[in-house]
Amino acid sequence: MMAIIFCINGEKKNLIRMVMAAGALAMLGTSVYLTLDFLAQREAGATAEFLYCNDPIPWYETLNINYSVGVDGISVAMLLLSTIVVTTGVFASWGLEKLTKEYFLWFLMLSLGVFGFFISIDLFTMFLFYEVALIPMYLLIGLWGTGRKEYSAMKLTLMLMGGSAFLMVGIFGIYYYSSMDGNLTFNILEIAKNHAMPIDKQMIFFPLTFVGFGVLGAMFPFHTWSPDGHASAPTAVSMLHAGVLMKLGGYGCFRIAMYLMPEAADQLAWIFIILTGTSVVYGAFSACVQNDLKYINAYSSVSHCGLVLFALLMMNKTAMTGAILQMVSHGLMTALFFALIGMIYGRTHTRDIREMGGLMKIMPVLGVCYVIAGMASLGLPGLSGFVAEMTVFVGAFEHSDLFHRFFVIAGCTSIVITAVYILRVVGKVLFGPVQDKHHEQLTDACWYEKVAAFGLIIAIAGIGLAPLWLSNMISDGIMNMLK
Amino acid sequence: MDIIKEFYSGFSIMNQEVSLVLVLVFVLLADLFCGEKGKKYLQLLAIAAFALNVVYGFTLKVDSTYQDSFAGMYVTSDMHILVKNILNVGTLLVFFFAHYWNEHENRSQSGEFYFLMLSTLLGMYLMISSGNFLLFYIGLETASIPMAAMVAFNKKAHESAEAAAKYILTAAFSSGVMLFGISLIYGTYGTLYYNEAANAFLAEPLQIMAMIFFMAGMGFKISLVPFHLWTADTYQGAPTPVTAYLSVMSKGAAVFSFLYILITVFRNYAETWQNILWWIIVVTITVGNLFAIRQKNLKRFLAFSSISQAGYILLGVIAGTPQGMAATVFYIFIYLFTNLAAFGIISNIENQTGKVGMDDYNGLYSTNPKLAVIMMLAMFSLGGIPFFAGFFSKFFIFLAATQKEMYLLVFIALLNTIISLFYYLLVVKAMFIKESTNPIKPIKSDAMSVIGLAICTIGMIVLGFISPIYEYMSSISFGI
Repeated sequence: MMAIIFCINGEKKNLIRMVMAAGALAMLGTSVYLTLDFLAQREAGATAEFLYCNDPIPWYETLNINYSVGVDGISVAMLLLSTIVVTTGVFASWGLEKLTKEYFLWFLMLSLGVFGFFISIDLFTMFLFYEVALIPMYLLIGLWGTGRKEYSAMKLTLMLMGGSAFLMVGIFGIYYYSSMDGNLTFNILEIAKNHAMPIDKQMIFFPLTFVGFGVLGAMFPFHTWSPDGHASAPTAVSMLHAGVLMKLGGYGCFRIAMYLMPEAADQLAWIFIILTGTSVVYGAFSACVQNDLKYINAYSSVSHCGLVLFALLMMNKTAMTGAILQMVSHGLMTALFFALIGMIYGRTHTRDIREMGGLMKIMPVLGVCYVIAGMASLGLPGLSGFVAEMTVFVGAFEHSDLFHRFFVIAGCTSIVITAVYILRVVGKVLFGPVQDKHHEQLTDACWYEKVAAFGLIIAIAGIGLAPLWLSNMISDGIMNMLK
Repeated sequence: MDIIKEFYSGFSIMNQEVSLVLVLVFVLLADLFCGEKGKKYLQLLAIAAFALNVVYGFTLKVDSTYQDSFAGMYVTSDMHILVKNILNVGTLLVFFFAHYWNEHENRSQSGEFYFLMLSTLLGMYLMISSGNFLLFYIGLETASIPMAAMVAFNKKAHESAEAAAKYILTAAFSSGVMLFGISLIYGTYGTLYYNEAANAFLAEPLQIMAMIFFMAGMGFKISLVPFHLWTADTYQGAPTPVTAYLSVMSKGAAVFSFLYILITVFRNYAETWQNILWWIIVVTITVGNLFAIRQKNLKRFLAFSSISQAGYILLGVIAGTPQGMAATVFYIFIYLFTNLAAFGIISNIENQTGKVGMDDYNGLYSTNPKLAVIMMLAMFSLGGIPFFAGFFSKFFIFLAATQKEMYLLVFIALLNTIISLFYYLLVVKAMFIKESTNPIKPIKSDAMSVIGLAICTIGMIVLGFISPIYEYMSSISFGI
């Protein structure tokens, strides 16, 4: 909550970078403090579903719209992830020269939307922040991007806005069926408590809401904005977008669609399991045949985010905890990937893996970081990817019927395919002979790049080595929801 | 003697009309007597006088929820007063934007400009407050005939004359259609008073036909598809301040009186007109959006955009509920600031460089950052992007329509917002992303435009957050 105020302060200063860095670090500090305090309170036996709730501030009273915020274990995890990615993103875009002030302004607006979304417990404000997070993408990609930036920016914005059209109808439906006695409300907790929507209406509004968020979560077949968008976006924006913004989709599917309309979620899960299962496998295969580093990662994100939604739809505690863990883990590791790709591209001016080779000798620090990110992505024990995927598949395997088993096994194959494309890139780009003579003069990472990369690696390894506190915090939130 | 007394007491609730007439006469006389030297001050004088009238409007309030005079010929309520106040604010903003143009290109006739514009405003007042179809018709004509003169104001440009010819012909035609509808209403209902007609419900086809003719006539005024064909040419040819006035004020007044008549006179046919409006809305939004995509002239572009916006406004009308009315009025209120901001920028740039093409705006941000940012805010607000006011008004109007279970309609409208976002982003793209070899030179805006743009910008940013406005509207709204 404080985080938002920090954001706004940063806008007016002239020493933008310094202020941004200070603001982001302060935000990081706040969220770490929030996490510790949250854990301490749980330890002390606080049992309320959401902590730190403010008294709802009435906004539009006739429509019962309030500004009410609060966090549970899941949103704390998400906030922690967001602040880490935002902070490292600021460092990763330290070298940006063109229109620096405007860039950071939009970047802040994007982060503001993200934070606001995770802390809202009122559907209206949640939707508001959701859209706030989407629109800066257009200018961030369009102005500071590379390649086919105008096309990608437009495609991304329109597809995501299309998703929010679905979502908005869903929200209206939820609102008008939010209570039995006519006291309509936007408050998620109250709606869940009232649980007034008849099942036949749920069958209409659940798919709308789920698809609405699924577009942002890059669910097949609505994922096509993601590769183009990520490939054209500037480094820090790809980081934030793949790392955090796509998580908004998963979080929303879970918090709004499944939490508020559980019966329909139960009945219609099979459709979406097929779709998300497809995106897991399809994304992984697509990543294998790409030659552009960013495209490889974008498809890999499609695959991993598919896994998040896939695990959520399994609807048991273990799998859902795994889903949230996977969100955090994928957020960190994909941010690291995009940061490194941005750094490499800034030096070699190409992202085509056929034109690169032997970079490990030229820039050892970046090379080692890239290998670590790759290992996290393919689920090496000791890094965060292993913890998350393990939990997901163990949880998913609890379903014993053929349908679920089949898709779980299909999903598992994606781990193998991930190994294929990660090792392919590592082998071609980092090892082997140097392809381009000019590359030999290139330098290794400078200080702010190291800050960004190491910060993310520490977080990844931290979760990989000591996952228990995080998964406890998350499953605590899940338990409240499953009730 | 009593009759005379009663006659004059009828005026006692017509404060806004009376004060507007005073301003009107004052402007006319001032124009007559000021002479060549006084012309310099005439504009300021007119704007100041009208500003007083605007302020006065906000002090008014009716005692009970509903008041009428002249045996129900004239009706008023807090809502009526509020709508007139909103129109007042818009007109004042248009005056701000028109100041520079009047000063430089229309020096000799600036008095007439103000006089004609205020006359149309008076007509709109009467349209809004009428309780009888005759008064409504008189108001409508008072609003449209001076308007044609205003459209033709730019005497040197032949497009302006062409635009006026198109406007007056369609206006006359639509008045004819509407008059036919009104005559059918008189024939089948036996009365022209709204409240009496509402009770003379017969459920016979002729009454429905009367309603349809009436709706068609209104369709021309609000420029709904398929009655929209005059819009683009007229908007393009008219002087920019007049276009701004047409697109916001004329539309707002017509929509409100349309809504009022639908929920009073045709209350018993609610299902019928809801069905008709359902299709009209779908077609209006879609056609307006699809045509807007290909426009290169920004005034034409905004013409089509305003057609589709009219479709969105009708989403509040179709609900017919109090919530719908509040959402409609709120939408008009927000739309006023947003659209006038866009027209303010266009007129500012057109006045000083003569450029109105979308390509001329390439690279505007590098030369005129402030104008570009305001234009961007306006585009985002029109597209319904938060935090700007347009998001809130869109949300409420969709919410009002879904209250009547029109989820499909709202869904279609929402899909259309994607198309509209596409073309609004084209403008943003031109200004921010594209580069130009021949960008618009840095412009020094005149003081009046700066004031107008500042008001619009503040309105676009803060209005969504100030919930009491909407609360007030919903506390005084009414419906079926």
